[in-house]
Amino acid sequence: MKFPNIDMNKLKNEGTESVTVKERRNFLKLGFAITGVYASGKILSLSSTYGVAQASEGSDFVEKYPYNPHYSMVIRQSLCIDCEKCVDACNKTNHVPEYGYRTRILTRKYVGQLDKKVEFIPVLCNHCNDAPCVRACPTKATYKDPVTGIVRMDSKKCIGCKTCMLACPYDARYFSVARHAIDKCDFCWDERLSKGETQTGCSSACPTGSRTFGNLTDPENIVFKLVHQLEESVWVIRPEDGTKPNIFYMKGNMESVDNILKGQKFKYSDPAKS
Amino acid sequence: MEIMVNISKRWGYHGIDALKKASPGYLMLMGSFALLALAGVSVGLHGMIVGYHHIYGVTREISWGILISAYVFCVVTSTGLCIISSIGHVFGGEAFMPIAKRAVFMSIIFMLGGFCIIFFDIENPFRMAIYNVISPNLSSNMWWMGTLYGAYLVFMIIEYYFLLEQNHSLSRLMGFFGLVVGIAAHSNLGAVFGMLHGRPFWYGPYLPIYFIFSAAMSGGCAIMFVTTLAWKINPEIMNQRMERAMKAICQVTIFLISTIIFFTIWKIVTGIVSHEKSIVIMSLVTGDYAINFWFFEIFLGMLLPLFLLIRSRGNNFNMIMWATGLMMIGIFFMRYDIVIPGQMVSVYHSLGVEEARDILKYTPSFHEIMAALFGLSVICFAYFAGEKMLNGHQLEKHEIVPEGGYICPGCGAIHFMEEGETEEEAMRRHHKIW
Repeated sequence: MKFPNIDMNKLKNEGTESVTVKERRNFLKLGFAITGVYASGKILSLSSTYGVAQASEGSDFVEKYPYNPHYSMVIRQSLCIDCEKCVDACNKTNHVPEYGYRTRILTRKYVGQLDKKVEFIPVLCNHCNDAPCVRACPTKATYKDPVTGIVRMDSKKCIGCKTCMLACPYDARYFSVARHAIDKCDFCWDERLSKGETQTGCSSACPTGSRTFGNLTDPENIVFKLVHQLEESVWVIRPEDGTKPNIFYMKGNMESVDNILKGQKFKYSDPAKS
Repeated sequence: MEIMVNISKRWGYHGIDALKKASPGYLMLMGSFALLALAGVSVGLHGMIVGYHHIYGVTREISWGILISAYVFCVVTSTGLCIISSIGHVFGGEAFMPIAKRAVFMSIIFMLGGFCIIFFDIENPFRMAIYNVISPNLSSNMWWMGTLYGAYLVFMIIEYYFLLEQNHSLSRLMGFFGLVVGIAAHSNLGAVFGMLHGRPFWYGPYLPIYFIFSAAMSGGCAIMFVTTLAWKINPEIMNQRMERAMKAICQVTIFLISTIIFFTIWKIVTGIVSHEKSIVIMSLVTGDYAINFWFFEIFLGMLLPLFLLIRSRGNNFNMIMWATGLMMIGIFFMRYDIVIPGQMVSVYHSLGVEEARDILKYTPSFHEIMAALFGLSVICFAYFAGEKMLNGHQLEKHEIVPEGGYICPGCGAIHFMEEGETEEEAMRRHHKIW
């Protein structure tokens, strides 16, 4: 076999303008397939059917969810300003006592970064598809809601053994004296969603839109749009535990995210030209 | 009343009368344990009324404290007593037979003591009885642990009854079931810890396996301690068969301590190379838990008893008593060093956030210590009462051998001959393997 002799130095630069959107997307997908780091079937709970999700890793998403509506939250981390309005709203809505919390905001500090010195990370129950707390509970006092996938409590069954508190890799549970049971985030099911509201207390209180709550099975929903894109990386906390969480994180103040939400297709901007 | 007298004769008991004859010092000792148990239960009940949240040292992150450690200590010892005694009266190791009655009795008592302690840890213990039955979660280790330990206790009580009745076939059968269920229950307790995501210090198959070996070690230690202490109370319980039993158990325990040393070495060595585990390991080796680890767990729990037991040659009972008594204290810290450090790294530590930067702290509160002492004093009280009332768990004293009975040379218990039977035929009938 003979290779044509091409002198790379003499070839003309075609530039990036001529690359079609489709080609670019394919190239990106290829990259994700190799690294497997970004929003691939494994960390997303897009499907709890393992085999399909694994097979689809990096190439095409299998858009099938175990629940409908499949409630989920996307937290755009860079938008969080630690105003704690979400925490207050949560405490008020769900009558959370002083000594407990269902959600909180963690702080990560940086040294030597040019743009930021601090980052805020809101955390709450991840409503995992493979929830360790549900497995650990001896009396089925905590369970996955078969319709919505929300991890809920049947307080009267709780014996207070606290195994679920230790089983949870997100520290999302505490013992409530008033309820005589473990209390945890239920995406405001009892206080809001079951009464016809569409937003949780925290997401409606968030002034910057950092917390976006919605239904992953609805293609028009903001949560669906934020998760179903390749431009910005989406991740979950503690993916190594294999719990398939339903709280997704992304940076979220990028131009591309605005484009997604405006329904625009991706536009490549050449850094050299701007 | 007459039935009671008959039963006490048949089982070789002294009953309440024995307590009347006991020395004032002995009664004072028993009384102080009874008072301690009373104090413990009142403080525990006070906590239950006020709400554990206000008075217990456990927190949201470290939600299992000294009560769970003490519970683990009790049930580990209980299972261990069952394992060690089963070598004799289940598997037919003749040297181990004389300890059976005391071991099974103490196994039941330790289990009940454990239940006393867990009663004050579970927030809604009364719901447990209902929903464990009508809403079981078969994938939960906690459910299996509770249920199997319940079954274990029932088997052990039936076994003890048959031991008293000299029905060796049935006591052997029950002992076998008790052993199987006890090991299943105990490894499930290990799995309660070992199957928790996000707790790297516990996660994995190590704890269920370690718990079984550790239980056997605790069992050997406990039976030697309670037997040598009983010998101090009443020197008559020691005889040739019992001396042989002590020697055999001493050898087994030396082997088991070595096994646990081996386990501990590899826990430390493998833990050091994993980031989140190494935080815990370093806290045990050089940090807050260093005294717990080096002095109590390693020195009192392993090295000192290993040395003393080897030195004792299995027949220096004073030395054995001190070795195993100190070892029991060491073993308590061994359990504490599993339960508490396993929780001290926050689940968000790997995220690198400020809130989870430091390791979490736990100090047992007064209420927790008293509730734990409640269970432990119940055990001590029952032990001292048992030694007197149950006649030192012995049956071979001449005067208590009822008519038609004789002392079995194999197991040291009283056998009854049926009509026209020789002693040897009776022994064969009692010890038959079906």
